[in-house]
Amino acid sequence: MILAIAAREFKTLFLSPMAWTILAILQFILAFLFLSQVETFTMLQPKLTAIEGAPGLTDIVVTPLFGNAAIILLLATPLLTMRLICEERRNKTLSLLLSAPVSNGDIIIGKYLGTLGLLLLIILLTALMPLSLLAGGELDFGKLFANMLALLLLVSTFAAIGLFVSCLAGHPTVAALGTFGLLLVLWLIDWTTGIEDQRSELFEYLSLLRHFQNIQTGLISSADISYFLLVTGTFILLSIRRLDNDRLQK
Amino acid sequence: MTTLIEAEHLYRYYGKHCAVHDVSFTLSKGEVLGFLGPNGAGKTTTMQMLCGNLAPSAGQIKINGFDLLDQPRPAKQSLGYLPDTPPLYRELSVQEYLHYCAQLHGVPRHSIRQAVDKAKERCGLGDVADRLITNLSKGFQQRVGIAQAILHNPEIIILDEPTVGLDPIQIREIRELIRELGQDHGVILSTHILTEVQESCSHVQIIHQGRLILNETIAGLNRQMNTGTLRVATRLEPNVGVLLTLPGVTSIDKISEHQIKIHHSMTDNTVERIAETIIASGWGLQELTPVKQSMEDIFITLTQEPKQIDL
Repeated sequence: MILAIAAREFKTLFLSPMAWTILAILQFILAFLFLSQVETFTMLQPKLTAIEGAPGLTDIVVTPLFGNAAIILLLATPLLTMRLICEERRNKTLSLLLSAPVSNGDIIIGKYLGTLGLLLLIILLTALMPLSLLAGGELDFGKLFANMLALLLLVSTFAAIGLFVSCLAGHPTVAALGTFGLLLVLWLIDWTTGIEDQRSELFEYLSLLRHFQNIQTGLISSADISYFLLVTGTFILLSIRRLDNDRLQK
Repeated sequence: MTTLIEAEHLYRYYGKHCAVHDVSFTLSKGEVLGFLGPNGAGKTTTMQMLCGNLAPSAGQIKINGFDLLDQPRPAKQSLGYLPDTPPLYRELSVQEYLHYCAQLHGVPRHSIRQAVDKAKERCGLGDVADRLITNLSKGFQQRVGIAQAILHNPEIIILDEPTVGLDPIQIREIRELIRELGQDHGVILSTHILTEVQESCSHVQIIHQGRLILNETIAGLNRQMNTGTLRVATRLEPNVGVLLTLPGVTSIDKISEHQIKIHHSMTDNTVERIAETIIASGWGLQELTPVKQSMEDIFITLTQEPKQIDL
């Protein structure tokens, strides 16, 4: 049942120009950034060979590429998640799901997985670019994997937050704006830590960016992974609660 | 007969406004129950509660023996629901949409095709199966909505105003379909069209301002229909006040200055007394025609305060 909902959500994304547009634009921008990173590497290569333990191809190309992809997905995910529940409610199609023998949990998780499918596709397409370097060089696969994992965890969190805001909002535009605002706050909350005497450990912990960068360096620690899983789980639970609430009062 | 729906003492409040007030009823297999009421009477709210889209403020609903609140999954398994706005994904084709609905309602994978084909045939959707729902006319969209509700062969089919937006021929077909479905399912349909209830229902419930004011079989209803309507034309303007004081007169509609409609009970020779009064008062009786009894009489007498002049 969950899979049926997820599959429809995934297919619907490709029935509208939305998914295609986002995929095309992302690929174009990331390809551009990727090429400029490769260019930087070829310029730096003669100097790097002279240094002992210098950063390799993976550090100079892959890590910045995934870092940029994260920022672009911060902008793109709200557009993907905005219509999830919001539009169903506006088009009155939600009652089809509500009167079908599926629980609210199934509906939310199904929709979540459908969106995650597209995001996973984006990550795979992004990963194809560094893999093309294998034609003429070598990659640190451990680090590439860490970067993919970091991006996957990050976008799962983005999608969960977007889904929740979509449950709240009355109009998709409001949902997109709300999600974007919330994600940006979680992204930037870390900035206060730059000022030495005003460090806040709470803000540092809450920041998406810090946990993302930790994993990106290749250090896969359970603290960072559980941070992403916790945030994702919380927002999915909140979405289910919110949908339950629809039944109780209108 | 198996009881499919048991609703007990349902209440629903929207803030302080009480939309449904103490509604109880049962539905058995083989019954077609018509919910009749003016706009805003609480028909849709009641149906939404039956389908689990809305939680009742108080009361209990049992679907096929399962409590809708405690065991929603098996309860909803036996429900097919067409809301007042058909829940259609406009970007899908009819075939894709029905396929998805079948999956959603847990139709086994191997019998999905068969179920979809049957629903398409029953609702006359064969020719438009590959068209996008967004390009279909309102009538066809409504039929897709009905197809969606009967697709998984549920024991209970709940249709909220199923004939809205259809042309007369389609309406006849849908009524035919409803009667057919009523033979081995339990059907609830809501409408504000009185003839629809008379034509396709076996039972009728009238809801007014959230209260159930009548719960009868059509046969029982016809038996105890003891109200009649007279159309009276006079040369001089009749004194409505005097006529209202006659025993047995329930209400009077004024059509024009010289024409009135008198709703009355069939007992105690009321008609005779009305005629005598008009002649005795010298208003110049020109016409006294009994209007054919219909559900409308009952509807009017039940939903209006008695002895009220509707001018």
